Amino acid sequence: MVENILELSHITKRFPGVVANDDISLGIRKGEIHALVGENGSGKSTLMSIVYGLYQADAGEIIFKGVPVRIGDPRTAIELGLGMVFQHFMLVDTLTVTENVILHAEPHNWGFVDYKRAVSGVEELATAYGLRVDARARVADISVGQEQRVEILKALYRQAEVLILDEPTAVLTPQETEELFQVMNNLREQGTTIVFITHKIKEVLTISDRVSVLRRGKLVGTRNTAETGQRELAEMMVGREVLLRVKKEPAKPAETVVSVAGLQVRDRRGMPAVKDVSLELRRGEVLGIAGVEGNGQQELVEAITGLTTPDTGQVLLRGEPIQALSPMKIKRRGVSYIPEDRHKRGLILEYSVADNLILGLHSDPPFVERYLFRNERQIKAHAARLVESYDVRPPNPDQIIRTLSGGNQQKVVVAREFSRSPEFLVCSQPTRGLDIGAIEFIHQEIIRQRDQGTGVLLVSAELDEILSLSDRIAVMFDGRIVAVLSIDEADEQRLGYLMLGGDPQQAAGEIESGVTAK
Amino acid sequence: MELQQSSLSSRNLLVPLGSVILALLVGAVFVLIAGENPITAYRVLFVESFGSVRSIATTLQRATPLIFTGLGVAFAFRCGLFNIGAEGQLYVGAIAAAIVGVSFGDLPRVIHLPMAVAAGMAAGGIWAAVPGILKAKLGVHEVINTIMMNFVAYYLTDFLVTGPFHGGRWAPETDRVFPTAALERIFLPTRLNSGIILAVVAIVVVYVILWKTKTGYEIRAVGFNPGAAEYGGISVARNMVLAMVISGAVASLAGVEQVLGVHGRFIQRFSPDLGFMGIAVALLGKNHPVGVFFAAVLFGALRTGGAAMDRLTDVPRELIVIIQAMIIMFVAADELIRRLFPKKRKG
Repeated sequence: MVENILELSHITKRFPGVVANDDISLGIRKGEIHALVGENGSGKSTLMSIVYGLYQADAGEIIFKGVPVRIGDPRTAIELGLGMVFQHFMLVDTLTVTENVILHAEPHNWGFVDYKRAVSGVEELATAYGLRVDARARVADISVGQEQRVEILKALYRQAEVLILDEPTAVLTPQETEELFQVMNNLREQGTTIVFITHKIKEVLTISDRVSVLRRGKLVGTRNTAETGQRELAEMMVGREVLLRVKKEPAKPAETVVSVAGLQVRDRRGMPAVKDVSLELRRGEVLGIAGVEGNGQQELVEAITGLTTPDTGQVLLRGEPIQALSPMKIKRRGVSYIPEDRHKRGLILEYSVADNLILGLHSDPPFVERYLFRNERQIKAHAARLVESYDVRPPNPDQIIRTLSGGNQQKVVVAREFSRSPEFLVCSQPTRGLDIGAIEFIHQEIIRQRDQGTGVLLVSAELDEILSLSDRIAVMFDGRIVAVLSIDEADEQRLGYLMLGGDPQQAAGEIESGVTAK
Repeated sequence: MELQQSSLSSRNLLVPLGSVILALLVGAVFVLIAGENPITAYRVLFVESFGSVRSIATTLQRATPLIFTGLGVAFAFRCGLFNIGAEGQLYVGAIAAAIVGVSFGDLPRVIHLPMAVAAGMAAGGIWAAVPGILKAKLGVHEVINTIMMNFVAYYLTDFLVTGPFHGGRWAPETDRVFPTAALERIFLPTRLNSGIILAVVAIVVVYVILWKTKTGYEIRAVGFNPGAAEYGGISVARNMVLAMVISGAVASLAGVEQVLGVHGRFIQRFSPDLGFMGIAVALLGKNHPVGVFFAAVLFGALRTGGAAMDRLTDVPRELIVIIQAMIIMFVAADELIRRLFPKKRKG
């Protein structure tokens, strides 16, 4: 008989206007990796925040190791043996890895922190679970993946028996994700129980033992991972059958709309990031750029859209050079851009939906009259129209955009950029962090743009996305385009091989299974 | 610190009002130490600052320069810039207005007065543009540069008022400005002058620029999120410089008002830290033009009533400084206020 280390019984949590968790009962078995999946806003993070003591349930009971417990705050949770790693890390940048791990639980001698003992303790712990990280490095100097390991170490250092990971892969590169899964396996072998919150079905299938699906605050069901599949889980999450591939007609490419020739761009540190890239894009086609993140895609896109100036090379839009123009002038010539990071680039979170929908159009008629004054009526009308046709929820143009869900925020960006009927559309990670419903919507809109004769450049780290939307695929590695394939020639294995720097000649030939892994 | 608020809703009023109440409570302790009844002291404070038309006029007169410096600081805040240089900007504005005011005696009033005001604004604008440009082009922090520009302004005006523009009297001051350049007194015998009308106009203009024009949209966008502004085709550098110029021009009006409306001449080091008080006013007013008005009036009232309290009770006027300091402390510690005055919490 399998023992539940953690049991949630009839948990209900209401927020003004929504029931975030509706009578959820769930058992987590000792030593398992239990995936908790659901779309954005389905209540999975809320549920785990209740377990960790950040929220109090309105009704229901938490039973830990067979005893009903009241978890009033995270400290109580930690003392019980619960640990949680959040999407946004809570580390002190200026302190070292060790200092962060031992914070508030410092080993000490006569009131002085025993730093040496702390370092060796942290190193031991890291080695035991395969968490590669330099215990003496400053947190400010380490990568996001390493920061996450520090967070996991923090929980383990406090002897967590149940570790809750809130969408841990959202911030990781594919390699880092691989490594995280290895660590999770190690933890399971050594008896730690893991609750893994995600909305990526593939990850669930790869790593978990059991999976529970939430939808709109309710538990839809729990399955043994071995006995379920992608289709069933997707259906449980969305509540209906989902298209796993985008429905589309073959592309009808017309004349060239953009050509990039010999482009060289440096990154912020002055290192060459884009090395001699040349591309051609036609009207009515989607050109996908596949590649592991950090291989120059972002610099390429920012040079094309005018946010950085290339060292050398040309970007021609309908035959005219645009590489020296300002972002505003490039926009006005019919270029739309979905930026990779909607919080850093795409939106002004303190502005209303209506004001975000005019970002970049704000200085042009009809939104400005007499060269200076805002035309509130036009701004409102524009917002009302787009909110309706792109189904932004809640449909209130005056709402501050920070309070919208990630999917709806992205819909605002998409609405703004797509509704301008661009001739050239750049989409950079257009569906990052979104749930299946929103992804489906945005994918259909991209295909609709293509069919209206727009040239689409799609940059994505998700191979699925590249494969289901693109008509041609360029693979970027180390700042260069290493291969351009038609969609018929491309498959996951070949792309994966090229993305990791594989020899294009060999990729054309047969590929041994397992080549993609290393 | 929440430097960026879009509107003055009741939620936003909680911290300023709570801070004022708490500061008065802390002040009451000091009144008790001075051996006086706090209720008596505060009654005097209130009656002498708001109790009669005349005292209200005095309060408004004291508030006028603070409205200008508060507005100036708040404007820069909206672009994400911390302008500590209002003091220097008001000095160069004051000297420029005084120089125009003591010259051109044969001009008609409709030309002379606007010219003096415009000269002051131009001087303040240029003074603030320097740290603005340094920030926009070279990334030098504006706090450092605006502070340093203050010292340059002190010594430059010291030189001008003791050298080329020294007046006929022995004191370090200019001659009286011609009546054609003066902001006339509007409520004798107080020194309330038409500068208060200018202040109200400035409030409206700042409000319109920030929320009704594309320029304000761009400036606030840069303040909230420079990355997104740049993506939206907004020039971050240009808007930073523009925001500093407007900020400096508005702040300099404090000096202009003191010269043309109160003293009638430029007096060396005349300002009782009006520029620095402007930072407090902006903070308390939540960087909103209307909030700035009420904050400035409050600070004006404290100074007016404080002087009377000193005269009529055993409480020294330094109590006012304590209260002002406490207000700033509590506004900065806004989380404390939210906990002391809990509203219904959002989930």
